[in-house]
Amino acid sequence: MEYLIGIQGPDFVLVAADNVAASSIIQMKHDYDKMFKLSEKILLLCVGEAGDTVQFAEYIQKNVQLYKMRNGYELSPSAAANFTRKNLADYLRSRTPYHVNLLLAGYDDADGPGLFYMDYLSSLAKAPFAAHGYGAFLTLSILDRDYKPDLTREEAMNILRKCVEELNKRFILNLHSFNVRLIDKDGIHDMEKLTVGAK
Amino acid sequence: MALANVCDLKNYSEHSGQMFATRRLIDRPNHYSFGTKIQEFAIPVGEEPVGFLKSCNTEGGARFELHHGTTTLSFKFKHGVIVAVDSRASTGSYIDTCEYNKVIEINPYLLGTMSGSAADCKYWERLLAKECRLYRLRNNHRISVAAASKLLCNMMLGYRGMGLSVGSMICGWDKEGPGIYYVDDNGNRLSGRMFSTGSGSNYAYGVLDSGYKEDMTVEEAYELGRRGIVHATHRDSYSGGVVNVYHIQE
Repeated sequence: MEYLIGIQGPDFVLVAADNVAASSIIQMKHDYDKMFKLSEKILLLCVGEAGDTVQFAEYIQKNVQLYKMRNGYELSPSAAANFTRKNLADYLRSRTPYHVNLLLAGYDDADGPGLFYMDYLSSLAKAPFAAHGYGAFLTLSILDRDYKPDLTREEAMNILRKCVEELNKRFILNLHSFNVRLIDKDGIHDMEKLTVGAK
Repeated sequence: MALANVCDLKNYSEHSGQMFATRRLIDRPNHYSFGTKIQEFAIPVGEEPVGFLKSCNTEGGARFELHHGTTTLSFKFKHGVIVAVDSRASTGSYIDTCEYNKVIEINPYLLGTMSGSAADCKYWERLLAKECRLYRLRNNHRISVAAASKLLCNMMLGYRGMGLSVGSMICGWDKEGPGIYYVDDNGNRLSGRMFSTGSGSNYAYGVLDSGYKEDMTVEEAYELGRRGIVHATHRDSYSGGVVNVYHIQE
């Protein structure tokens, strides 16, 4: 039902998430933000079971900030991703596992941009592009076809627009608007919201 | 700090160790912090509510049908917040009463609505009211709607999967202006302009969405709230009785 997508370029990461908060068949909110800012250059996108998403994401967010306060410097995106995965793994075989699917996107001053795909079984993969949700079935092939490692920002936005158009055309649910953000060496930038008209 | 350790600043780390030790005393639950660190229901060792409930809900077991059998709605408009609820309390197909008040007045500027299990809602929202009152006494200013809803959300998350059934809207007016937060037993917490909960919420949404205007007059808003509940009670068998309407102003 929910959709997340991330595309990594040579010096940026572009991420987008839909804006719907649903409860069974009802859209309770049309402007819900699924991205959590972990630090100046790291975003965590989180979808999954109702209470788990916010609870888990805020837990990771506060712990990343605590690390900065205790040690004086920030976690790198790779370290944050591994920390997140470890927490998911620890809870996986407990009585209350977290059913959340995540994308972690960040820019490291040393290593450059990074996009990490994590799912509720606590798998972790660093990938050039990734998507979560039913919409991923429709759009991963577009990414496979059109992605190249030296994308410009314009080209990445075009691929994103193509994916959203495809969802609007073939996906049974109405996901009419998407939050888009771009992370580069200057931090996190809010891009224009992608809205789609009625079919 | 990492740098302090590297530079062999032993006295600094000792000092901060002392600071943390004293802080631990002050950091007890109920002292300068929201007091729900203690679980209200200590679950006995060996009991496993989550597993027990799962076994009840399978084929052949006694199925606990936890529907939110009611209709409540609330929306923000130019002149404040309107909250409207029905008043039927039912157990399965038996109507317990037609005059049940599904709104709890936490303080003159904060309301909580109830849908789901009457016992759960009543208890947890009274507990929330107690926490809000304690906050007011300790901090000398009223609790914000966001903080009150976060308290309730955390209480729900403490008992995730154990069969609580609560669908509540925390509505009020604080420093940021009017606020409505929907909180439920899954741990969902959403802020918005308009919500409806309960088995009749779908019907109420239809009327609300088509009749809503930001610049309604107060009378029109009362009428819209009433109509939402009325149409929901007409179609939904678990909602009925009278309509209780509240208006929260500055």
